[in-house]
Amino acid sequence: MKYVQLFFQYAAQYMKTRLTYRTDMVVEIFSDLMSQAVNFVFILLVFGHTTMISGWSREEIIFIYGFFLVPFAIFGAFFNIWDFNDRYIVKGEMDRILTRPIHSLFQIVLERMELESLFGVITGIAVMLYAGSLLDLSMAWYDPFIFVLLVLGGTLVYASIFVLIASISFWSDSPTSIMPMMYNIGNYGRYPVNIYNNVIRFVLTWILPFAFVGVYPAAYFLGREDWYTYAFLTPVVGLVFFTFSIFMWNVGVTKYRGAGN
Amino acid sequence: MGKYIEMIRIRFLMMLAYRTNYYSGILIYSINIGAYYFLWNAIYGDKGSIEGMSALQMTSYISIAWMARAFYFNNIDREIAQEIKEGKVAIEFIRPYNYLLMKTMQGLGEGIFRLSFFSVPGMVVVMFIFPIAFSTNPATWLLFALALVFSFLINMQINLLTGILTFFFYNNMGLIRAKRVVIDLFSGLLLPISFFPGWAQKIMDFLPFQGISYVPSMIFTESFSGSEVINAVLFQVVWVLILILPIQILWLIARKQLVVQGG
Repeated sequence: MKYVQLFFQYAAQYMKTRLTYRTDMVVEIFSDLMSQAVNFVFILLVFGHTTMISGWSREEIIFIYGFFLVPFAIFGAFFNIWDFNDRYIVKGEMDRILTRPIHSLFQIVLERMELESLFGVITGIAVMLYAGSLLDLSMAWYDPFIFVLLVLGGTLVYASIFVLIASISFWSDSPTSIMPMMYNIGNYGRYPVNIYNNVIRFVLTWILPFAFVGVYPAAYFLGREDWYTYAFLTPVVGLVFFTFSIFMWNVGVTKYRGAGN
Repeated sequence: MGKYIEMIRIRFLMMLAYRTNYYSGILIYSINIGAYYFLWNAIYGDKGSIEGMSALQMTSYISIAWMARAFYFNNIDREIAQEIKEGKVAIEFIRPYNYLLMKTMQGLGEGIFRLSFFSVPGMVVVMFIFPIAFSTNPATWLLFALALVFSFLINMQINLLTGILTFFFYNNMGLIRAKRVVIDLFSGLLLPISFFPGWAQKIMDFLPFQGISYVPSMIFTESFSGSEVINAVLFQVVWVLILILPIQILWLIARKQLVVQGG
């Protein structure tokens, strides 16, 4: 309960600081939209020259991209800890975090949230609705609930990978460059995994499970029954990876020595 | 002239001190190239060629486009914005050099560094992972090198322009970010301009962006033939000359109405 309360208090504070610089926020949302538009245009351009990519139609690929945007936006809003090593370990900010009476990771999530990124949820749903209407997808009454569940699963997958990498900072000093690398690998999840070779497919499913952010869960809504097993594994994979990453984080915190003063 | 060459040298040495940061960069670019490699192979499927380019040419195109990006890409726009925000630019005004030219030279130093420690070894790495067609024609290489110089200049000029705009907008980080993604698409880094629909290509012909990535990559993969090559390089030259104008005008206006908030 305390956590929920704290969360809303931090969120309210955050909104106040952001709304002081309104143009900044508008420009930031605009530049996010821009990069989503570029990816969207890319898909459209490519399908000007082909009708199918490995058995997926233009609308299906657009739908997958739309789905991907939703968990990615939620992840970006709360787990954008790519500068964890610099900000908290090298500068010794972690000392302060550890004096706070809540879980250290939760404290960092509160401090580092970027709520404007949530705008991507709207874009993603709009893209899915657009593609879905072209595909004549029908929606059962329980689909919105499954959607929420799969989105949460995908978000947890993304979050756990970044928490895991952040935890490495507790042991070794300079994994800063791994973070941007993960963002780029994450992009692999935007497209159907069957376009990649088996090794990459395996990695994207079981080691860095980015496929569970885009194509696997989206396959459920596209009615691709041969992918259903993977689709329904999404929340499971999310939970397992997230639990593991929290465990590693907790172990890491005990190894934290501080940066001196 | 000597002081500008010194600028190139110092920036080069500065980058050299942090060279280990760049090994991971090569990996990141390879990951990106990989994503597009698989995507394009799936797009080609069993089609022999699209828009006159074979799948092999496309892989080479994507690889060289990314590795060339390592050369021309820099954050000079961010640096200028930062210096303007912090008020340091006031000091730069009274120093005995041309600020914009000095920034260009720093960018060049960075470019030369990345060319030798990023692009070239990166290309070798990529060559072992993905099939890439290298031309054996020395003329192609020469023209490619020439086109690369101009692509650096055009990109640099656009960076200078966005940087100078900070004088008028005070905070333009968003603009800088947006510019970056737009350039990735419009310069032909993500896919060749010839893949755009006809009307879009006509619009692009009136914009400088394709001079940044499309022209050198098309020359490298020998997807341009005969007079197309010459026209493409001329296109670059014309844009380098045109872009001088808005930069100078904005620079003069900016100098007049400069407001320094501390420094």
